[in-house]
Amino acid sequence: MSINAPAKPLAIKDYKSDLHNDWCPGCGDFGILTGIQMALQQLQIEPDKLAVYSGIGCSGKTPHYINGYGFHTLHGRVLTVATGGRLVNTDLTVLALGGDGDGYGIGAGYFVGAGRRNADFAYIVHNNNVYGLTKGQASPTLSKGKKTKSMPEQAIQDGINPVAMAVASGYTFIARGYALEPKYLASIIVKAIQHKGSALVDVLQTCPTYNDLYTKEWYEGADLPEKRSRLYKLEDKSYDGKVQDPTDAQEIVAKKAAAVARSYETDPIPIGIYYQIELPTYEDAVSQRIPALAEKPLVDQDVFHRDVTPLLEAMR
Amino acid sequence: MQKNRLTWMIGGPQGSGINASAEVFAKACSRAGLRVYANIEYHSNIMGKHSFYRVRVDDEDVRSYKDKADILVALDLETLAGDGDHRRWATHWGHLGEINDGGGVIFDSEIGFDPATANRPDLRFYPVPFMEIIKKALEEVGKGEQARRYEVMKNTVGLGASLALCEYPFDLVAEVIRSQFKGKRAEIGELNVRAAKLAFEHVKQHESAKDFPYTLKPNREPRARILAKGYEIHAIAKLKAGCSFQTYYPISPATDESVFLERQQRDYSLLVVQCEDEISSINMAVGAAHMGVRAATATSGPGFALMVEGIGFASITECPGPVLVMYQRGGPSTGMPTRQEQGDLQFSLHPAQGDFPHIVIAPGDLREAYQDTFSAFNWAERYQMPIIVLSDKKLASVYTTIDKLELKWDQIDRGERFTGSEWTAVDAKGANDAGTQAGHNGNGHGKMDLANVKEYLRYAFAKDGISPRSRPGIKGGRHWITSDEHDPDGHITEGVEMRVAMMEKRMGKLKLAQNAIPEEQQFFLHGPKDAELTVVGWGSTKGTILDALKLLEAQGKKVNFLQCRLMRPFPAKAVGDILRGAKRIVSMEENYSGQLAQVVQEQTGVMIGERINKFDGRPFSEDEVVNALAKVYEGAKAEPVVTHVH
Repeated sequence: MSINAPAKPLAIKDYKSDLHNDWCPGCGDFGILTGIQMALQQLQIEPDKLAVYSGIGCSGKTPHYINGYGFHTLHGRVLTVATGGRLVNTDLTVLALGGDGDGYGIGAGYFVGAGRRNADFAYIVHNNNVYGLTKGQASPTLSKGKKTKSMPEQAIQDGINPVAMAVASGYTFIARGYALEPKYLASIIVKAIQHKGSALVDVLQTCPTYNDLYTKEWYEGADLPEKRSRLYKLEDKSYDGKVQDPTDAQEIVAKKAAAVARSYETDPIPIGIYYQIELPTYEDAVSQRIPALAEKPLVDQDVFHRDVTPLLEAMR
Repeated sequence: MQKNRLTWMIGGPQGSGINASAEVFAKACSRAGLRVYANIEYHSNIMGKHSFYRVRVDDEDVRSYKDKADILVALDLETLAGDGDHRRWATHWGHLGEINDGGGVIFDSEIGFDPATANRPDLRFYPVPFMEIIKKALEEVGKGEQARRYEVMKNTVGLGASLALCEYPFDLVAEVIRSQFKGKRAEIGELNVRAAKLAFEHVKQHESAKDFPYTLKPNREPRARILAKGYEIHAIAKLKAGCSFQTYYPISPATDESVFLERQQRDYSLLVVQCEDEISSINMAVGAAHMGVRAATATSGPGFALMVEGIGFASITECPGPVLVMYQRGGPSTGMPTRQEQGDLQFSLHPAQGDFPHIVIAPGDLREAYQDTFSAFNWAERYQMPIIVLSDKKLASVYTTIDKLELKWDQIDRGERFTGSEWTAVDAKGANDAGTQAGHNGNGHGKMDLANVKEYLRYAFAKDGISPRSRPGIKGGRHWITSDEHDPDGHITEGVEMRVAMMEKRMGKLKLAQNAIPEEQQFFLHGPKDAELTVVGWGSTKGTILDALKLLEAQGKKVNFLQCRLMRPFPAKAVGDILRGAKRIVSMEENYSGQLAQVVQEQTGVMIGERINKFDGRPFSEDEVVNALAKVYEGAKAEPVVTHVH
């Protein structure tokens, strides 16, 4: 949107870049991209005030397809780069994107570190159980003993539980979506962006090229005699993961335990918001230490007229 | 007038407070107008292992340490006898062999040391009952029974006792002690002063203390100089340069800088983040720099080994930073965490995969550390690349007087910036299909002429190769960055022409930096032009080599010193010209292989065959440099130098 243009609501197309997309036909990434763009449109976020970070892999290309400031970083390091950007400019909406290998494997340390800090951004993980861009090796979310058509042998290591890991790490918003339900996914991403603090949205995603186990048909339960979906929405079972009183330690433990318990359900798999709590963010803590930051972000501070004489004088 | 020239040494177990005593003494000397060069040697250990601190004091500027001390204060037996009695392979044999003829040894009479075993009849030994003195000082204020709690005051007792020998005015030291215990702790300060005084009087009773040969007098016209450590100077330079984001992961000997900065957060609107590892540190700093602030980090070899992918990432994305102060220590791997080595020059020059531009500069002393760390931020933004400032353990921890800390090149230069317009990538696309095509199709076969594109392109092919940078939040400055090869938009490309053009654009920036950085900051030839011998060195050996050159000159030896400072882009032509004109060349480095000598050969074609290397984890002493250079000057082959440990 140009400076002089009359204010009119932003449309979905305003969040699309004109770059040719090179994902495989039918890739679950399309659903996630659509979900993100729908959420951004619903929130009317100015593309100039949007910073989208990603790791490496098929999911890593996502920012290129979004009209906004895009940062396609390194494999596993997306949260670190996004945190650096976020902390110095709190005027922006920050999204971080990555795959399951990126976030839960090579980036596991940063996944935990980010949870401990609770900086304000939404982290959307494209979880398709395989490393797609290197042709389908087992990702950290594939269970032991499973074998996709792209793998020569069954998975010899077990899969991790991202939701439980997020609970343990301190994420203050933990949700799961499904790539092929972009509208519902968008509704979760909207809440993740609105949430103040680190929000994880783990998105179950199909990889039609390499993952022949967890396909669209599998999620739909086409193979089941009763032809029912293998997914259910938490709110449909009256589940509410939101902590009402963040000072109530008992409630927190109970809600965390409930979230973890739900995260181990495998059939059907819950989607929706597992856990949410309003807690001070890293940025809040920083503003307390550096009062000037309560007025404007670091990037707008005048730091070029500092007087270091007192520090030198103290050394005499 | 008496010439002041003294080396004072204190040794004891880690955690016994030798640092505090040495630094109080150093400060008391500096405040009285004397020059100080103090350095510590310590183990990678919290409590118990041997450490020692040397304080060299002089009327004239001193920039190195001497092999031998005049006074030794020993808080434990190991300081005198070494650790051969409790280690299969002794680390050292004590410091008795490192005391000048007729020097003094003050030791705790409780440690069970018999001077007769020292085999140094020339030395004067002063057993002092450390605990008894502490108890006495406490009894005076009715706390005699608490003596064990105040055992840590032994260091002050040792310091007080030593003053009785060198005749340095007690009050000057007492004043510094008091200034370190303010407010509620003033009472403890007084106790320390009292204990020091009792020890002082105890030694004064000795007949032999009266004509002790090594004494020190305050200057008649005291001039309080800055007394600083290298890590403080790096940190203050970062503040001065407008750095507002520093990341780190704890590692010796780099951590001190970040902790120093952490203390300044409130006053200087600077954010310091302790990260989960160095990969996070570097990448957080990259994220912050791309967001438009001056960002920095600090680490040492093992941390740098983790950071390297972030350096390549910063470089290919033309990130305006970060500035990385790299404190070298003994390698490889964990190596010798608290010991000196100039072992990471080659690593810093080639830290990551592929060909990419970055700048590496190695300051030689604290003043250069101030300038270079400051300049690094300008270069980072001007040339949009990461900058490595190569420091080391010695430079970080040396505690020395500086006359004046000022910047010769003090302008802030933020480089080319895009400040906003009404063009956006979306709006401009329709109007300029032909132009954007090359940028967007990703295969590089479109037209490359983007001169008339009316939109902001982050990686536009500007004339000098530097595309004005934007940052998120700027109207019309939207763009993408990627660690993949990319087109002017910042989208991935694997196209042939685009790849070639982007590589040339990035690498070409090194030439710009080479041309713009003042020659004096790139290298410097110290000493006579027509020397018989030219020493080539870099980094923190500068002061030691310069001190040694003075002494060699007095011996009638004509030696000069080519200090290399800018390591990348390397001033190949100028350095090559100097070396080709030199009569004889010898390199002097604190590493095994002569890493600078290798760089010089690669860059200039000049082979430096004579290499004086030291890789025992200790810096060169002035004496070692003088001796090694004198031998080479007389025609001997250069040999490795090892600290004399007996």
